[in-house]
Amino acid sequence: MTTTDAAYDDRLAEFVGRELVRRTVAKDAVSTAAIRTWAEAMEDTNPVLVDDAAARATGRDGVVAPATMLQAWTMRGYAATQALARGEATPGAEGFAELVALLDEGGYTSVVATDSDFEFAREVVPGDLISVEEVVEAISPEKRTGLGVGRFVTTLRTYRDAADEVVGTQRWRTLRFRPKPGSTADGAEPAPVETPEPPALRPRPAINLDNAFWFEAATEKRLVVQRCTTCSTLRHPPGPACPACGSFDWDTVPAGEKGTVHSYVVAHHPRHPAFDYPLLIALVDLPGPGGSPGTRLTTNLVDVRPEDVEIGMPVVLDWLEADDELTLPVFRPDPEGQR
Amino acid sequence: MTHPVPPSPVHPDVSVPAVGTQLPELVLPITRTMIVATAIASRDYQDVHHDPALAQDRGSPDIFMNILTSNGLAERFVTNWAGPAARVKRVKIRLGAPNHPGDTMTMTGQVTGVRPETGTTVIEVAVRGDNRIGMHLSGTVEVVLRAHEETQ
Repeated sequence: MTTTDAAYDDRLAEFVGRELVRRTVAKDAVSTAAIRTWAEAMEDTNPVLVDDAAARATGRDGVVAPATMLQAWTMRGYAATQALARGEATPGAEGFAELVALLDEGGYTSVVATDSDFEFAREVVPGDLISVEEVVEAISPEKRTGLGVGRFVTTLRTYRDAADEVVGTQRWRTLRFRPKPGSTADGAEPAPVETPEPPALRPRPAINLDNAFWFEAATEKRLVVQRCTTCSTLRHPPGPACPACGSFDWDTVPAGEKGTVHSYVVAHHPRHPAFDYPLLIALVDLPGPGGSPGTRLTTNLVDVRPEDVEIGMPVVLDWLEADDELTLPVFRPDPEGQR
Repeated sequence: MTHPVPPSPVHPDVSVPAVGTQLPELVLPITRTMIVATAIASRDYQDVHHDPALAQDRGSPDIFMNILTSNGLAERFVTNWAGPAARVKRVKIRLGAPNHPGDTMTMTGQVTGVRPETGTTVIEVAVRGDNRIGMHLSGTVEVVLRAHEETQ
């Protein structure tokens, strides 16, 4: 079969939003023994991991677990790893098995993890009983990478405590790829021998003397707005003179992190290889400081399905590290947003 | 229209680093024992992290460090610099060249952002770990500094 045919794409698309792994609770609660084993192996000398008094001196109630150890608490452990190697199914992971089977059918038999993005809501402490559930966020169109052609699968793992409160999330991206001939055993998990490269870079912005400051700030993950220092009017896109008073004098102010969707389009065609489709292009209203008239930014919306976007929707700033030279502001739905 | 800098919510004893501050470089020898010990400490029993023959069967020259350890080392690199008061808010990494026994990983970092957030200060650090092949990991670690409790 050809893996670019529309029917196959549709079957893959049906996985987006689906639960890959049902909520799975750790076999054991968080323990000081396990924390110490981790800290020693990592040679992590942070005293708050092993010394109650040192932890209390920093305002904590006692020792805390390393933040990134969150993933370890629900790892399947030795016995279940052996069972998996014998071909036994992992209970609760039927969705995952189905997706892997569908990817295998497309020839994407190898896997390598490419990105992990942890956000922590609170510190985990001994006695916490951690659970994890995993949902598919996105499956990319076929991309050409250094390892072979493949698709990036992005999932979101949500870690909760015994009271169902989220203690952290982990956005996880793997490349499922068709190994280049002779590169590895069939179905094996090869080492990530090189960083996968997308076939094309996003188009370069046309940078000039008037707008360079904006892109330079973006490189440092600062979203700024140009302000006339004569009449204080904000303006965007950047330009040499104030459209309100004609002054050439300006500075910049931080744009803040919150905005609302003024309008949007969903781009399907023509397709540029650097983008994932459907591509959400939005005009986001950014309020001015102290309620003054704000500006409007052309940007992309991420982590939201086109059918879930609404005019007026509150959104929050995030940063897209498109490549080594280009970092751009994007917006995602604001979880705290009130209409 | 003025934008006064908000008062720092961080206790005066806690120094807030400036944007651009370089973290002290960390040179980590990657040994076979370390790769196995960290894999087991993270409850990761996949054979590619402890069995050289099976790792080779799977197309890798040798065993290699697991991802939980890459995350753990990024956390260690930043928290051991930021001090015990720092709490980890985010660890975002991109993975590249694997770490094999005999490699040396050099970790570097730079403060790329300092911002107030609901009574705390968030320090954003760009981190990178390079071995002889190239970039093993690169990404961002955010830690939060907050005021000490007034009374213990």
